[in-house]
Amino acid sequence: METTVALGAKTLAEKAADLAQNAQLLAQQAAEAAAAATAHGGAAAGPSEFWYLFTVFVLACFVGFYVVWSVTPALHSPLMGVTNAISSVIIVGALIAAGPADFTGSKVLGFFAVVLAAVNIFGGFIVTQRMLQMFKKKTK
Amino acid sequence: MTMTDLTMFSYIVAAVFFVLALRGLSNPETARTGNILGMVGMGLAILTTLLSPVVQSYVFIILAIVIGGAIGTVVALKVQMTALPQLVAAFHSLVGMAAVLVASAALFAPESYGIGTPGHIHAGSLIEMSLGTAVGAITFSGSVIAFGKLQGLISGKPLMFKGQHMLNLALGVLLVVLLAVFAATESYTAFFLLLALSFALGFLLILPIGGADMPVVISMLNSYSGWAACGIGFTLHNALLIVAGALVGSSGAILSYIMCKGMNRSIFNVILGGFGTDGSAASAGGPAGDRAVKAGSADDAAFIMKNASKVIIVPGYGMAVAQAQHALREMADTLKAEGVEVKYAIHPVAGRMPGHMNVLLAEANVPYDEVFELEEINNDFQTADVVYVIGANDVTNPAAKTDPASPIYGMPILDVERAKTVLFVKRSMASGYAGVENELFFRDNTMMLFGDAKKMTEEIVQSL
Repeated sequence: METTVALGAKTLAEKAADLAQNAQLLAQQAAEAAAAATAHGGAAAGPSEFWYLFTVFVLACFVGFYVVWSVTPALHSPLMGVTNAISSVIIVGALIAAGPADFTGSKVLGFFAVVLAAVNIFGGFIVTQRMLQMFKKKTK
Repeated sequence: MTMTDLTMFSYIVAAVFFVLALRGLSNPETARTGNILGMVGMGLAILTTLLSPVVQSYVFIILAIVIGGAIGTVVALKVQMTALPQLVAAFHSLVGMAAVLVASAALFAPESYGIGTPGHIHAGSLIEMSLGTAVGAITFSGSVIAFGKLQGLISGKPLMFKGQHMLNLALGVLLVVLLAVFAATESYTAFFLLLALSFALGFLLILPIGGADMPVVISMLNSYSGWAACGIGFTLHNALLIVAGALVGSSGAILSYIMCKGMNRSIFNVILGGFGTDGSAASAGGPAGDRAVKAGSADDAAFIMKNASKVIIVPGYGMAVAQAQHALREMADTLKAEGVEVKYAIHPVAGRMPGHMNVLLAEANVPYDEVFELEEINNDFQTADVVYVIGANDVTNPAAKTDPASPIYGMPILDVERAKTVLFVKRSMASGYAGVENELFFRDNTMMLFGDAKKMTEEIVQSL
């Protein structure tokens, strides 16, 4: 059992690495395409970048759809906990707002956004871990 | 935004970790590893952003992470497992608020994000920004109301008033108009009006939804928080935010769908108002006063269960309220020691959030391989000697199958009526959330055990 899980995890990890590599390639191409578009059109946010992001969005929705359907119903509460933590990845935007050297209003907004997102990240992952800890195989 | 190839690469790796975190939840054995992978992904995302050139001062940021992290850690470690639904609702509201703050920051200092200069933000970014803000604000105020209802600060009853749907519709149309005005003019006034309107809409949308519909509401808000992150991701041209947001958004949407199916209601039906609001529902089950029920004591129940060979336990929200899960497990252990086969049956909408009962039983050390979902166990009831229903009502009501006039008609139920004996632990004869009389109470093979779920179960353990 343990070995099959480990094996499964290994193949998954390998697949993930492959995927990441492909994605990186794609990203590079997209970046080049975007650079080309900027050089041509002048306006930075041309349609090409939106469509690149939109493609990512649609594909991610499909990945989410298939992955979530495979979650066992018994773990739906931990699923909410972990998705809660993951949606706080919005902290990335908050960090950029809080990042500039000079003190501005938007830096203050960023500060509070980082606090809120951090509560969620720590809280979400820890409470999920607590829940999952209880689902450990019981020694009878 | 200035994105080096390395930044881009780390973000994509983080996104892959998030997918693996969700994938891990397909089995309780791999779930903890999955959660750790999620943490690694988040750590990577934060670190990558901190090391990118746009972030130049760290004091404020570290202070913010320490404050937020400390609060989150303490809350997550201290919270009672029965209070999970309100905790999750509170967390959702924070994501919504964070989205609003980030969108506002982007509006006032667009150059940090490379989307233009103040007064000259690209129209596309303005649309994405206002969508992110609106969804974030609705998530925030809606989750605050959901928290209030779950915590008991606001009545769990559906609050309805005349013209509610018309008002919401009008506000919705106004929201779209404001969005267009903002995108065309980049006016701060339009932005703040949009924000205020979205907050109001969040309150108004969740207020009319009743307590037992909370599993749908929480899943829906979970979904919204994801879409809010997505909207911000589009604004900031950040693929990681879009991927994570889409994962969460579709996860919440699927959970809402599963919960709605568990009640045989459409999502619109749930959003547009609770059960029993049309007046006809309450009378559908017929008068209760003139029919006799068989009431029993803890000793009777103990005697019946001791002599059974197969007992199925059906927990509901009442078990969570009474915190009866530990006493229940003790009862099951004693029965198992007597050679009785014990199983647990869980309805998809039992409790106040998806999977609520599973977590509570796991907390009481019930092995998860004794706990079954509706489809897995429904055929077992006909061979069961005793069904012990603790704090559940509507999900066992045979009217869902036989009475087309009943408001719960068509809802999938646990077929407890097929068992030889049904024991109902209830505080009183009051009907369940749907306001429907359960005719099962009046059957010859049903015995009512009136009392607090926890006390009754403890008394049964004693007489076993």
